[in-house]
Amino acid sequence: MNWISNYVRPKINSLFSRRETPENLWSKCPECGTMLFHRELSENLNVCTNCDHHMALTPRERFNALFDGGVYARIEVPEPVADPLQFRDQKKYPDRMRAAQKATGEPEAMLVAQGEIGRTPVVAAAQDFSFMGGSMGMFVGNAIIAAAERAVEQNLPLILFSAAGGARMQEGILSLMQMPRTTVAVQMLKEAGLPYIVVLTHPTTGGVTASYAMLGDIQIAEPNALICFAGPRVIEQTIREKLPEGFQRAEYLLDHGMLDRVTHRKDLRDELITIVRMLTGQSPAVRGDLPPPEPGEDPPADPAPALEPVADSPVEAAKA
Amino acid sequence: MTHYLEFEKPLAEIEGKAEELRALARANEEMDVEQEAAALDQKAADMLKDLYKTLSPWRKCQVARHPERPHCIDYIEALFTEYTPLAGDRNFADDHAVVGGLARLNDRAAMVIGHEKGNDTKTRIERNFGMARPEGYRKAIRLMDIADRFNIPVITLVDTPGAYPGKGAEERGQSEAIARSTEKCLSIGVPLISVIIGEGGSGGAVALATANRVAMLEHSIYSVISPEGCASILWKDAEKMREAAEALRLTAQDLSRLGVVDRIIPEPMGGAQRGRSETIANVGKTIAALLDDLSAKDRGTLIKDRRKKFLAMGSKGLAA
Ligand SMILES: [Zn+2]
Repeated sequence: MNWISNYVRPKINSLFSRRETPENLWSKCPECGTMLFHRELSENLNVCTNCDHHMALTPRERFNALFDGGVYARIEVPEPVADPLQFRDQKKYPDRMRAAQKATGEPEAMLVAQGEIGRTPVVAAAQDFSFMGGSMGMFVGNAIIAAAERAVEQNLPLILFSAAGGARMQEGILSLMQMPRTTVAVQMLKEAGLPYIVVLTHPTTGGVTASYAMLGDIQIAEPNALICFAGPRVIEQTIREKLPEGFQRAEYLLDHGMLDRVTHRKDLRDELITIVRMLTGQSPAVRGDLPPPEPGEDPPADPAPALEPVADSPVEAAKA
Repeated sequence: MTHYLEFEKPLAEIEGKAEELRALARANEEMDVEQEAAALDQKAADMLKDLYKTLSPWRKCQVARHPERPHCIDYIEALFTEYTPLAGDRNFADDHAVVGGLARLNDRAAMVIGHEKGNDTKTRIERNFGMARPEGYRKAIRLMDIADRFNIPVITLVDTPGAYPGKGAEERGQSEAIARSTEKCLSIGVPLISVIIGEGGSGGAVALATANRVAMLEHSIYSVISPEGCASILWKDAEKMREAAEALRLTAQDLSRLGVVDRIIPEPMGGAQRGRSETIANVGKTIAALLDDLSAKDRGTLIKDRRKKFLAMGSKGLAA
């Protein structure tokens, strides 16, 4: 296998998250009520320092923590037809989209990137729960397909971080069709003999769970993440009984044989490195906080697609 | 005794009157009501035509769920010979919401699988109203595997409000079962034909409908969420199901424009419930034609075409 030579060097320095919080702010842990200093919280990967509650991470925060030195190259996702059904509820779908884009500073609910973790090149995709509940529509489908295609083309493993309330209702049947579409993407990886690792984060529900998020070779979940097909409220309404404590939470699924592991966020990166390197026949990794990869001597044979400039995100000029 | 839908109430009145008149005449030989009754018949026929000429999406939902619509087993019994049901997932149970087995269609062996809703209180409960549990999908996977191994085409008949939102179903991996069933649909090297005969409810439908060819009865529906569910989430009012049904584009006609459905099968005037055998015969003809269409393709082509079809789906929106 040709892991290193096929690898395109990361070009984008994304050390500075656009959603970095002002330092003088405090926030309250939704689980235990402790007031947490923002900087402390973000240094702890948004895990409550008091009760270990895992709060959401945006894909950028996730990738900053995941990739060596916080450096990764974003993989471009083909833009789907906007508002394919001309959907309108109380608001028009394009208006809801604009509001979500404004609130998050992101174009859509998934970010795909390529980079190194513990000097191990991987492709990663992360779903953004803050963008319309991470919901799966054409874009998320395209993102997963783009991630799988890149992984196959470069012979790399794919790590996927799921977080979604389910399908994007405003795309109707086309959101449902992302279940088979993303499954085709998973099949591409399997047929190429590439590891596909899913990290289920809070919450992962509905059609997302019932497609690519449950088809990993290895299924890891973050502690206490809600993972389900039907949500607890729907079930309680249907069966008219109270559900047991911890029902549909990561640990409950682990107990019922639905997951391989439940892993604390602080240990997750090391664990991913360990697993990926074993599955791909590589030697044990060098541990620790690795600096960003040095730019290679030779220009990459197949440069990563250029990023459209994003206004307030510092983009390091590509060396090539 | 015909079951009238809400929007058919005026029709019920006229047909009821005609029926009453004829009953009177039977009791009283001197009465000649035929002319009057025939006029009412004509009025009813005109009204029926009028009502069904342009069914709104919400009315189509009602027709699709009509209790007297032919169900899966009705089709199997009428269209197939030597039907040999095969049961169980070899793991936990036999789910009666999903039926299936070997059968012959025009003497040719096939594997037929479908959701069965039941047709009276007893059978509806036994069939769980067509809402499958993981065992149902795992049974379907098993049957598709057999079909694949022995080179037998698969025909699925889809009619479900959705996968069952229950405690046990979740504990036993509803999401995983649906995901694997979709994956199996995408992996088999034999023709796979799906007919949506009533309700195509979300992931529970897709798990059996990821097919080479998808046909839909004229007044059936296929959607990511029920109009009631969508209304309660997006409109915060379950009573807005008419608006939701409109917005979701869940009719066979809209889905055909979106490229999700390959063929629309006509229903008799007044819907499948008013002409059950004609409907069943139409479905039979379509399945036979679609099978003929696919029978010359080799295994690799069938798999490749199926995946390509789903990958391309939605790329043009309503302009497809
Ligand atoms: Zn806390």
